[in-house]
Amino acid sequence: MRPTQITGRLWVLREAAGRLYNDIDTDMIFHNRYLHITEVTQMGPYALDNLKGWEDFARRARPGDLIMAGSNFGAGSSRQQAVDCFHALGIAAIIAESFGAIYKRNAINSGLPLVTFPGLTEVASRFESGDIVTVDFCTGALIRNGVERFQAQPFSKVQLEIYQAGNLFEYGKVVTG
Amino acid sequence: MGKTMIQKLFAAHTAPEASVEPGDIIWLDLDVRTARDFGGANVVQNYREHYGDAPVADPRRTFFTFDLVAPPSNIPYANNQQLCREWARSQGIRVYDVNAGIGSHVAIEEGLVHAGDTFVGTDSHLNLLGAMGAFGQGMGDQDIAFAFKSGRTWFEVPPTMKVVLQGTLRAPGTARDLTLAVLQRLGADGALGRAIEFHGPAIEALDLAGRITLASQVTEMGGLIGFPISEAIPSSLLPDHDANYIESIEIDITELEPLIACPPNPANVHPVRELAGKRIDSVFLGSCTNGRFEDFAAVAAIVKGQQLAPHVMATVVPATRRVYAQLLASGVLETLFEAGFIISNPGCGGCASGHLGMTGKGEVQVSTSNRNFPGKQGAGQTYLASPVTAAWSALRGEITVPEVRA
Repeated sequence: MRPTQITGRLWVLREAAGRLYNDIDTDMIFHNRYLHITEVTQMGPYALDNLKGWEDFARRARPGDLIMAGSNFGAGSSRQQAVDCFHALGIAAIIAESFGAIYKRNAINSGLPLVTFPGLTEVASRFESGDIVTVDFCTGALIRNGVERFQAQPFSKVQLEIYQAGNLFEYGKVVTG
Repeated sequence: MGKTMIQKLFAAHTAPEASVEPGDIIWLDLDVRTARDFGGANVVQNYREHYGDAPVADPRRTFFTFDLVAPPSNIPYANNQQLCREWARSQGIRVYDVNAGIGSHVAIEEGLVHAGDTFVGTDSHLNLLGAMGAFGQGMGDQDIAFAFKSGRTWFEVPPTMKVVLQGTLRAPGTARDLTLAVLQRLGADGALGRAIEFHGPAIEALDLAGRITLASQVTEMGGLIGFPISEAIPSSLLPDHDANYIESIEIDITELEPLIACPPNPANVHPVRELAGKRIDSVFLGSCTNGRFEDFAAVAAIVKGQQLAPHVMATVVPATRRVYAQLLASGVLETLFEAGFIISNPGCGGCASGHLGMTGKGEVQVSTSNRNFPGKQGAGQTYLASPVTAAWSALRGEITVPEVRA
């Protein structure tokens, strides 16, 4: 079984003005000039390299880190690379006010934990990059630096089942035999 | 409780006993499964890794469509296309190759998809098939590899919002201006995770090209699919009168003026008059949003017998080979050529840094394409507008409010 509670170091994606980034689209996450890449292991260096102020994210991130962003994270295209580049870096989960619909499917199907946190924008000032955050996928409970509690959405049933199976392919074998 | 159109369409593609209320997870039968040159090689790679040489569920309902980098301008894409071709051959899958045009449009023209069908592929604008009453959906390469093998996938039934368009479009207003008006109202995430039904007299009056323009931009509203409710929808799919909508809004387009989406995103919509006089360097006409014959014919009617501003480089990219043939036969192509347009083979144009039409740093472009995210169409500034606004702007060399000729 994969863990349903994880703890990691947080990156809060903010604009220069300090606001939480909204509508980060798939070209900002994994630009179309790299779309010919098919090997997941080669995708890491390009993660967020078209997001203003975060071009060097891939060099600063460590396996197990968490990402936090505003609404509609992953808007735009259907490219799987925008999910796979975070797998390549070992990102443990992405927490956001909301996610783009196709992006959400792609992440769920590949077993990358996405945590939807309605109301995050109002409490975003409580979070800083470098915070240590614990998140429980089954309950949606989120704890900052061991003390401050927040409530995000728990995984949906299918999201949890695919996550536990590993990915959509393994899940397909489980449910269809 | 009655059902919305998406509920009816899904109910016909899942187990008879399955509940199709918003939020329910269902197994959705997929009538057609596709991949394009972008994502296609990744689909093949995922397929081989998980299924080896096993045959796809049904090669007659599985297709490749190459439309992004067509013909390929770089070796990695050429390699990916050839990899897809060879694998398709081994599986007995038909390839609509680099000569065909945009996959979603080819699917409509070639009759690969019909009203009421479900159709998936690696193109996030496949939801433009909503224009003909089909459920089209862009998905990632793992999703599509799974769909190739199983012919179905899990799907969460989305809630439906109802958008009623009152009034009548009047020249110089176009379907693109109507679409921009909806984007202005909904914003980039106003339909996030939802299906949309577009109702009202302004919708019923749209032709297929206009409905495609509107449906293709639902992605930019955050929505999954948009159905313009028109005579193209079979009565068995029409929403019930007591269907349940998560939200209903009404937009009156009687006083609609030409609109334009400024950088950095398609929902940053302003009246064209606010930008009138801004010098431009280039114009792009095409894409899955405005690449139909009707779009280019509207441009030809404006530029006929005139020359584009000398400093403006303007490109025409027909959506498909069939559209190209119509342009040839009707004389529209000749009109555009003589006005000074660059005429390209069919394809997606500048999207995904692919086919052509990239902008350089500092370049200002008016485009009928669908996205203007930073870097999407190159390093320049892309303004999204109707073919009519683009034509007038190309003639004057600056962003121009279109006039109505007597």
